[in-house]
Amino acid sequence: MIRITNLYKSFGEKKVLQGVNLEIQKGETMVIIGQSGSGKSVLIKHLIGILMPDSGEIYIDGIEITRLSEDERQKISRKFGMLFQGSALFDSLTVEQNVGFGLERYTDYSQEEIKRMVRESLEHVGLKGVEQLMPYELSGGMKKRVGLARAIAYNPEIILYDEPSTGIDPIRADAINELINKMKKDMHVTSIVITHDMVSSYKVADRIAMLYEGKIIEIGTPEEIRESKNPFVQQFVLGLSEGPIKEW
Amino acid sequence: MTQNKKFRVLSSFFEQLGEILLLLAKTLRNLFRRPWEKKIFLQQLEEIGVRSLPVVSITAAFGGLVFGLQTYVGFHRYVGPGSEAYAGPIISLGLCKELIPLLVGLMVTGRVGSAMAAELGTMKITEQIDALFSLGANPNQHIVVPRVLACFIMVPFLTLYGDIIGIAGGFAYDVFIMGVNRSIYIQMTLLYLELWDVVSGLIKAAIFGIVIALIGCWQGLKAEGGAEGVGRATTRTDVIASIAILILNFFLSKALPATISR
Repeated sequence: MIRITNLYKSFGEKKVLQGVNLEIQKGETMVIIGQSGSGKSVLIKHLIGILMPDSGEIYIDGIEITRLSEDERQKISRKFGMLFQGSALFDSLTVEQNVGFGLERYTDYSQEEIKRMVRESLEHVGLKGVEQLMPYELSGGMKKRVGLARAIAYNPEIILYDEPSTGIDPIRADAINELINKMKKDMHVTSIVITHDMVSSYKVADRIAMLYEGKIIEIGTPEEIRESKNPFVQQFVLGLSEGPIKEW
Repeated sequence: MTQNKKFRVLSSFFEQLGEILLLLAKTLRNLFRRPWEKKIFLQQLEEIGVRSLPVVSITAAFGGLVFGLQTYVGFHRYVGPGSEAYAGPIISLGLCKELIPLLVGLMVTGRVGSAMAAELGTMKITEQIDALFSLGANPNQHIVVPRVLACFIMVPFLTLYGDIIGIAGGFAYDVFIMGVNRSIYIQMTLLYLELWDVVSGLIKAAIFGIVIALIGCWQGLKAEGGAEGVGRATTRTDVIASIAILILNFFLSKALPATISR
């Protein structure tokens, strides 16, 4: 289980997170919605230890990670797999080397076993025969899928998806949504999805939380969010330029 | 400059110096930790060493030639005709202790330090550094350690190579072009040039190597704001590392003994 308590984070004068409280249950798919620049990515980068909060606590399976040393945080980060917004594949490595990166360095598997596991991860996301390609040879959708294969190669307990449908066409975006559901079903992982795409949110979420002005202002099932009386949530989920949210 | 502005400039200087020293401390701590990034280390050895050979060859050769030219003129004018062969040890000493380490340091800064800042800056803004962390890797161990180590090893090697080319350039100008007595030139050089003169230049070069890689990595890892940020990181690396090398060169020359034979 993941528990975030009173999380604050600023970058210089800019206050990004201003007291975030959130609990995510084991095996749950939590979608965090919010405007661009509202701090969604900042929030999930705290979970994995990439960013450290100014104050507040983050518990991963009962361990408070903000007080751990860098080495200990790195060990905790191996519980996670993360799909980055721009895929963040390593430019200088082939698809096979990208997907096998963590396996090669931090496990005792033989080269043959790693190759097999890489192949299986790629097949899991619907890719075959791309092992020797370089990232620049892949389309946007393929990059996302390789990014996801890299995230799951390690058999993580928690997968973080940062804007999984951004930058790809609606058909590919839907295929990614299907993959998110498939990961949950096949691997029983806890998933946290950051998005501002409501179609994706409704399709993959067990619960949806909305981040606005550095705080979680509403949390509920997709139906509850759809029917929310909160005017900020309503404006966002309906995609209206008129409403209480003035900054855009 | 107002008192307030002076304080801000000073505190910013010490803040940045602190960041570099912290990066150095982390790098030293990660130096012996597994997994070793052998492949990246070998790639860096090639990038820093082998691919810098042409530029080092040209700068060292012309450095040696111009040193030969000026010392010839100096001896001819102030000591007298016939004394030019005594320039041999002066050329070799000046090249090995000062000019070649400095030229190699500046050339590697321009060619390698800036490239490191650009590569790491691009990795930073495309979230590849974050991806390393998410895969349980230590970005410092994966990125900074192999680069610093490769620079620490290859810059002295390039300097030694540059010493040979530079001395050959000085010899070629004085002996082949100006007709200086070859035997006296060689005899004088062997008599007065000490091994320490070469070694002290190599010690400087090793320190310059660490400085170049550290500043390149530091600026790259700090880059933000898209392509413009990467551009700024490369320019800053060039400027900061060049100035650091020039300043360090003076203090190292002062700190290292002139000779160890007596």
